[in-house]
Order: sequence, then structure tokens, then C-alpha cells
Amino acid sequence: HLATSLPLPSERDHLRPRIDLIVFMIDIKSKYSLKIVEASLAYVDASFFLGKVCFLVTGVGRVNACSIETSAVCKLGEAYCSPVLFCELELEGIRASTAQRLLRMLQICAGHIPGVSALSFISLMRNSDDD
Amino acid sequence: NADPQKTAFLLRKAWTLYSVTPLYRFHRARLRDYARLLSAFIAAEKQKGLAVEVGVELDIKVAVSSLADLRGSEQDQAAVLVQLSLRSQASSRNSEDKLVWLGWFCSVYGDDLSENVPEDFTCLPLFLTHGAESYTSMVGSWFQKTFDCCFRRLAISPLNLSWMVAMWAGCKLDRAASAVELVFSVPHLSQPLDISYAIHPEDAKALWDTVQKTPGEITQEEVDVFMDCLYSHFHRHFKIHLSAAKLVKVSTAVASAHCDGIVKILHSQYLPGVLMLLTELAISQIQ
Repeated sequence: HLATSLPLPSERDHLRPRIDLIVFMIDIKSKYSLKIVEASLAYVDASFFLGKVCFLVTGVGRVNACSIETSAVCKLGEAYCSPVLFCELELEGIRASTAQRLLRMLQICAGHIPGVSALSFISLMRNSDDD
Repeated sequence: NADPQKTAFLLRKAWTLYSVTPLYRFHRARLRDYARLLSAFIAAEKQKGLAVEVGVELDIKVAVSSLADLRGSEQDQAAVLVQLSLRSQASSRNSEDKLVWLGWFCSVYGDDLSENVPEDFTCLPLFLTHGAESYTSMVGSWFQKTFDCCFRRLAISPLNLSWMVAMWAGCKLDRAASAVELVFSVPHLSQPLDISYAIHPEDAKALWDTVQKTPGEITQEEVDVFMDCLYSHFHRHFKIHLSAAKLVKVSTAVASAHCDGIVKILHSQYLPGVLMLLTELAISQIQ
């Protein structure tokens, strides 16, 4: 399900399935996208930040078109205890591997992988970041 | 500090920017030799028929000189200027050689690079050119072959352009300044659309003065606040989010810069400051 911002329209609340993972997409070429994400975060219930949120930064292939500082996004990830993934959607290979990564995360968050919870997965990812 | 008369020729020209890796075994005592060698190289390239401009007879005179005053700290190498002129055809005393191309290498507070470089290397990370691209490529090829260095066009990201406009809009100028202008390019449209946003220079400076906390120091947060104010002002009037568009060019009374790496410096007082910023960009592109 795609949305341009949060909160989601309340009219369809009763039709909506359970949300297992929220991916906030930030386009490194658009300051506006960061602002929208920052504003939308306020509408997310705190329980999601236990491994069911991740930030996806797109457009990183074009270093010269940056309108956002990478450190600002990393700080956001740290503040919300959620991983930050970087990708370039214009490259098919990276697009495919990013999609696979997100799908894997979603499987874990939806509880389809026995023995791995969203929370344990997140702490695994954070430990590798610190290295 | 540089004598304004000597550096006057640098002002009000559109310079195309390149980053240059350190030059190997560049000797300042041999500048005249280098001029001769470069001249011979260009003549040979013309013979080969490369980069010929139709209708122009080419007898190119090359001059390579040092600009002792153009540097930041004592650690910086003095700037090196390369001038290409068309030798005058007429023999009369009054005819002067016509300058067709100018290029200069410089380093203003480029200590980050020069500190870490071995003995035989000369660090002049910023290269600025004015004139036909064909000459630029010939001069660049010769330098690359002779000093084993590498040239790359220096692109300027929207992030860096916003630093520039914040810094330059805040500069104190004695006489009436021209408007502060930002040009945005709107993505994802079938027809390209450019939005030009002009601000009265006094308003821009007043805004920057309320944002900047420590004179002489600028932080990313301050630049963000400055730009956010400009964006929200625009949005209030036109309902367009400029923050979603790409900032491609900024213009102030001090200098103007385009994301393709083209800069024009308009005010001699701020020449060192602008060059210092450009040197920093060049160094970060090299590293």
C-alpha cells in the first residue's frame, strides 16, 4: 500500500489489513520529501518503532543532485531507532535487490520467519551498523 | 592579500570549474619551458585536425605564469595562470594578440589535501577555465600527460548551492546590490520548467542576519532555516513546494554559481572567500 503522507484517511480504516512494516521513502534530491516524512512520523504509533519502521533513501546514485545531507537522515534513523537503507531506483539491479531486502524484512515483521522477531532483527542490524 | 588590480581580470567572467589531482614533478622554475611545450602540443593537435574551429587560422601563443598573491595560507601553492592568445597577423605595432582562452589553477586554504601528499606533488586542486571547450580539452590533455594528473568537471549539488546563497546573501556590501536570485528546475514534467525566485538583497541579508548566530561561522542548521524561510514564503504565495524542485543556480551581488560547475565572481573583496569554498568542493570531489 502506497501513501504520499500520513495519517492514512480514516474512512478506510475498517477495510485496511494489519500493517506489518512502514517504509518511509526519502528522495535525496527533494528536501520536501524529508519534510513530509518528518511530519508523518508523528502519526505513527510508538509500537511500530520496535522494528516495524525503516527509512529508504532513494536517488543516492546521483551525488551531485543531493538536496539533503546524508548525516541528517542517519540522525533521523538513530532518533527513531530504525534502520536506514540507501538505494538507487534507477538501476535495475539495485532496485531488485532492495525490493528483496524489504520483502525479507516484511516477512520477519509479519512473523513468517520462525525464531526471528522484528525486534531481534532490528537489534541485529544495529549491532552491525556500530561495527 | 591579493592586489585587486592584478586579480581584476578574474571578476565578471563565467568560469567553468574542474577538480585536479596533485601534479607530479611540477616545477615553478620551468614555466617558460611548459609554455613552449604546450604551444607545440597545441600546434600538433591542430595539424592532426582535432578540435578545429572552422575559419580560424591557428597560431596560438601560450603564456604560463605564477600569480603569487592568489593563495590562502602560506601552505598553499601560488596560483598558475595559462593564457592562450591568437598571434596577431598584422605586423603593425598597435595590434595586440587576442586572448582566446584563460585557465588558472589555484588552491585557497587547501591544507586538507596538501598535508597528506608526498614531496614531488604540487597541490592546486581547483582549475577554472574561460573560453572554448576545445582549448580546455587540449590544455587539460597536455597537463594530464605531463604531470600525471586527472581533471574532472566540478558539479555543485543543490546542498552546496544553498550554502553559497546563504553565505553570499549575508555579505555586507557598501553599494547597492543586485537581487538574490535562485533558479529551480522542476523534475518529472514533459516540458522542462524553470522557476526563478528573486529576493530583494536587503531582505535576504536581513533574513540571514536573524538566522546566523555567530558571525564568521555558518552551520548546516542555519542554512536549512534560511532556505526553509524562503521556501515557506514562496509556498504561501504560490502554493508551490520549491523544496521538491532542484536548485540549479544561485545569483547574488557577490557571485553566482550554476550546478554544472560554472561560477562568476563579481566582487573583489569576497574573491578569497569564494575561492576557498570552491577549493573545498574541489578537494572533496578528489578525495
